[in-house]
Amino acid sequence: MRLPVQLILGGVLAGLFLALALISLVWTPHDVVALSIADRLQAPSARFLLGTDHLGRDILSMIMVGARTSLAVALVAVGIGIVVGVPLGLLAAATRGSLLDEVVMRGNDLVFAFPSLVIAILITAVFGPSAVNAIIAIGIFNIPVFARVTRGAALSLWTLDYILAARVAGKGRARISVEHILPNILNLLIVQGTIQFSLGILAEAALSYVGLGAQPPTPSWGRMLAEAQTMIYTNPWLPVLPGLAIVLTVLGLNLMGDGLRDLLDPRLRRVRA
Amino acid sequence: MLRYATLRFLSLTLSLIVASVVIFAVIEVIPGDPAAFMLGMNASPDTVAALRADLGLEGSVPARYLAWVGGMLTGDFGTSYTYRVPVADLVAERLKVSLPLAAYALALSTLIAMPVGILAAARRGRATDYGIMGATQLGIAVPNFWFAMLLVLVFAINLPWFSAGGFPGWEAGLWPGLKALTLPAIALALPQASILARVLRSALIETLEQDYIRTARAKGLSRGQALRGHALRNALIPVLTILGLQFSFLLAGAIIIENVFFLPGLGRLIFQGITQRDLVVVESVTMLLVFAVIAVTFLVDLAYAAADPRLRRRR
Repeated sequence: MRLPVQLILGGVLAGLFLALALISLVWTPHDVVALSIADRLQAPSARFLLGTDHLGRDILSMIMVGARTSLAVALVAVGIGIVVGVPLGLLAAATRGSLLDEVVMRGNDLVFAFPSLVIAILITAVFGPSAVNAIIAIGIFNIPVFARVTRGAALSLWTLDYILAARVAGKGRARISVEHILPNILNLLIVQGTIQFSLGILAEAALSYVGLGAQPPTPSWGRMLAEAQTMIYTNPWLPVLPGLAIVLTVLGLNLMGDGLRDLLDPRLRRVRA
Repeated sequence: MLRYATLRFLSLTLSLIVASVVIFAVIEVIPGDPAAFMLGMNASPDTVAALRADLGLEGSVPARYLAWVGGMLTGDFGTSYTYRVPVADLVAERLKVSLPLAAYALALSTLIAMPVGILAAARRGRATDYGIMGATQLGIAVPNFWFAMLLVLVFAINLPWFSAGGFPGWEAGLWPGLKALTLPAIALALPQASILARVLRSALIETLEQDYIRTARAKGLSRGQALRGHALRNALIPVLTILGLQFSFLLAGAIIIENVFFLPGLGRLIFQGITQRDLVVVESVTMLLVFAVIAVTFLVDLAYAAADPRLRRRR
């Protein structure tokens, strides 16, 4: 089977940053916490491959650790969405038209109506800025997305003959949901998960840009951009690299999402909106 | 139609009630004592007590909730703790920046997305299509605040065409005002235009496969004529949905961009309210934004139902 081009390209891009994040767990070229004013604002050199920032920290090392922060926050936020949203969606579909279904769907509409970024900023401000609160703030808005996708896909499966057969065989709604519905919507959830993952990285960048994500001294791409902005007149190249890191990671994940969709479900081979 | 509208309106009212309870709970109940939260850790008990009385925090939780909702309904959004002016006045002042900015960005995004989306659909599967889809893929991946910084770098620092931030006020004239909003509007419009172009392209491709397009072609219309005369109008429904959503998103979502350019808009008002712990401002402005989103969705739904009777039966 031929792999879609987007999947390979996206996988390489996302894989590169995942590798950087993993390597940063055991090794970075320089210490990202140690400040060295003597080495401040250096141009790229053999010693500092991508140069240094205003506090003499190595940009490459910060981007590596920043990748770790971004990917971890977005990944856990997607996890929250799946763990809470998928069961809600399955439940709503299994009890179609019931009060429960209605409550789940109206609740979803409501979360969609909230300006997500404002609420995320509010949550991190009320409960204190930290990576954990950023995860919660982003994760909450993933819940209705997964609930809706799950319910929609599950509803169409419930009308199929093999589900009817399972019911005739005496299986309950909960067991059918787990044994027959869930495995068949897994493809869709993987694709949606990739999309939410990339949106989570953008959201994390925005939150840490306004100072409400991971706190110093933990490097994050958003805060690197915020710090670079104050020096944009004197050092116009500073904001370029962290921004590129965000763009390439998000682009990679989006391409992967498109490629996975083509691979897993050829019927959906229409370009994503 | 009337039945549909009534049902939708009831559902809208219910959503607003639930939303107001949630916002009230997050802001006034969860942090414990809002007065102590607003004044910070070093405030003396006397000051806190005075502020509590000032904010009307002495009443029971349900009484405070009803007072707040009652005020919102009669146009009294409370008084800002930091600015010492009614929140309604602040909102009115900030909307003079936020509304034009949202409209400007939406206009730019539509102007870019329409021709681009149509071109991609018309040249489906060819190099132009692939090029456009690649570019929009990039447009979606770019964080708008980073794009904003690059715009400042190029058009405010290297080329002195625009200022790097600030807003002179409409008193300075229409052109200086628009000029100050141009870079922010472009930064906001890029991701929106990318999404819109992709939606338009897939909607067009779907309609182009319908039977009535084949009929139109069989009658002798060229591909372009069929696209312009028949497909485009039918493809506009999903595009309008996205536009409605984007407008309400732009009102609230400009929060980061307004911070990049130091624009005195609604988003910056909320953001400052949050950092200065001015909970009265945050509470009322958040509620207004949620109201705007829900109301826009309601109007868009009604517009569809009026245009397409089939939608009235669906929920």
